[in-house]
Amino acid sequence: MTVSQTSSSAAPDIRIERVSKRFHEVTAVDDLSLDIEHNEFFSMLGPSGCGKTTTLRMIAGFEEVTEGTIKLGDQDVTNTPPFKRDVNTVFQNYALFPHLNVYENVAFGLRRKKVADAEIKRKVGEFLALVELPGYERRKTSQLSGGQQQRVALARALINHPRVLLLDEPLGALDLKLRKQMQLELKRIQTEVGITFVYVTHDQEEAMTMSDRIAVMRAGRIEQLGSAEDLYERPATAFVAGFLGVSNLLEGRVTGAANGMLEIALDDGRSIRAAAANGYSAGDAVSAGVRPEKLKIAKLDDGDAATSADGATNVIEGRVTDASYVGVSTQYVVKLDDGSDVTVYAQNLDTSGVSEQYPVDQKVQLSWSPKHTFVIGGRVDRAALEEEVTEDA
Amino acid sequence: MTEPRYVRVLLRIATIGVLVFLFLPIVVLAIQAFNSSKLLTWPPPDFTLHWFSDAAGNPQIVQAFQNSIVAATVATILALILGTLAALAVQRYDFFGKQTISFIFVLPLALPGVITGIALRTSYVTFGIDLGMLTIIVGHATFCVVVIYNNVIARLRRVPRTAEEASADLGADSFTTFRRVTLPAVRTALLAGALLAFGLSFDEIIVTIFTAGPGTQTIPLWIYSAIQRPNELPVVNVVAVVVILLSVIPVYLAQRLSGDVAASAAL
Repeated sequence: MTVSQTSSSAAPDIRIERVSKRFHEVTAVDDLSLDIEHNEFFSMLGPSGCGKTTTLRMIAGFEEVTEGTIKLGDQDVTNTPPFKRDVNTVFQNYALFPHLNVYENVAFGLRRKKVADAEIKRKVGEFLALVELPGYERRKTSQLSGGQQQRVALARALINHPRVLLLDEPLGALDLKLRKQMQLELKRIQTEVGITFVYVTHDQEEAMTMSDRIAVMRAGRIEQLGSAEDLYERPATAFVAGFLGVSNLLEGRVTGAANGMLEIALDDGRSIRAAAANGYSAGDAVSAGVRPEKLKIAKLDDGDAATSADGATNVIEGRVTDASYVGVSTQYVVKLDDGSDVTVYAQNLDTSGVSEQYPVDQKVQLSWSPKHTFVIGGRVDRAALEEEVTEDA
Repeated sequence: MTEPRYVRVLLRIATIGVLVFLFLPIVVLAIQAFNSSKLLTWPPPDFTLHWFSDAAGNPQIVQAFQNSIVAATVATILALILGTLAALAVQRYDFFGKQTISFIFVLPLALPGVITGIALRTSYVTFGIDLGMLTIIVGHATFCVVVIYNNVIARLRRVPRTAEEASADLGADSFTTFRRVTLPAVRTALLAGALLAFGLSFDEIIVTIFTAGPGTQTIPLWIYSAIQRPNELPVVNVVAVVVILLSVIPVYLAQRLSGDVAASAAL
């Protein structure tokens, strides 16, 4: 697993050491350890109930830690109340103070620190400009749209220049277009103010768009930690493969390794290769995964068998059971001989429209490069996984 | 609305009928307060303000008014403190027996006043507490607390917990958060509850009968005793009119406030 190190010498901004959180009988966070580096945009991603929000609330101080320690820099804050922690939070429902106007909402933190009025006035103006709401000082919060309220909440938190900004699904209540816009803006603001952001979301695309690193969480534990690219191209578990995008998993058994390539015999007898998968040896039951957009689809005449043109690419064959034109691509579902379904996204580079796509029941060959093959240990309970991954969407 | 014409006419008649039924006696009372005849003959031969000056010059009445206002004010203040704290505890914290406590809190409103009164009196006598203003105030506070509690808890349910978390997050300790965030959020509910409690206490008679000592009189007690003396009747009418005004105005204001609150909560 690659872990990008943004600062090598100083203590990380947040260090979570073996933290657990139990609510009565339910374990929400289970022996979690995590370092978040200075100036990092870090996301915690997972379905509801995976422990991501609880972890965030423990960092903020709203939830007590059952076991373990939380450090901000060198300071142990495990038992520090929220108002003494150098972190600020942007809440999912904004949590603006309804009886105060925009100015007083943003100034709230500085007033607690007894900052002089002139300085408060200057800084509120500065931060309202940062979130692109200049001149909104006298507005009532109830007069603002959801997106504007979100910006006020952001300014109210950032104006205190915390060591870490915590964001709890802050864009959840916005519509898709506004959400996309705010994603880019959050990233811009984070770069501009140079503060560590810890971002909680169940939206994989949102996490991938903004984050330097992402922790995919499941059942109170980190399932995999890495950059968006790591998680998408080289998922370590079937859960990660299924949670970030669509993936095809083909079951088989390792038969050997040569030249940094793993040989895998699929259940239907075909042999494929996967690049750079360590830690497996002959005889291991594995799932070989490939993303739908990496697959090339080609017509096969009845009677012909799929063949690898150069002997290096992986090939399998099946029949089209569904084809849907979605503009940028055509999405096929191909049933293999062993009965499993494979999803293919064929870019509409050379084709134009429904008339040129492969019809249902057409025999096809699917090919892809070994370097696009990821390997996951063990067999996968597909039905259970499907349910877990999609319950939140 | 597109009801047939006769339905609308009937509805209008019914509404007027109910209003007359409810308010005719009060109108008669108000007119009689200005009746120049000591025997209150109907129709009044002439109108006078004489009874008003009589009432104002009667030291018993003035004293009873003072007592009523003091009792209602102190009971309301007590209720504001206790009711708000209880509502905060029940709404914001989890503890053993919480459901039971929130039920027991509302119970005094359902108990007949006679029961509250006799229970309090028995307790006072048992523990040798002299009946007087203090015992009246405590008696009134029992139902005033419920009024405040109900108002505040209804408001707290609508105020998201995260506003208080946001305050703590921004560096405010518990007391500052209460003063700057929680209190402003429940302010109108407190005011509405206080006005209602004051109104209830001001014209309360049943609990007062049991908890007042022989020397202490409130306005309802005075009216109750004076009504048995025919030559005091004109003055009783005057006092009743003043009581109506004093109890209607707070309740009207309380309603206005709750209305505003509902409107702002809908945003």
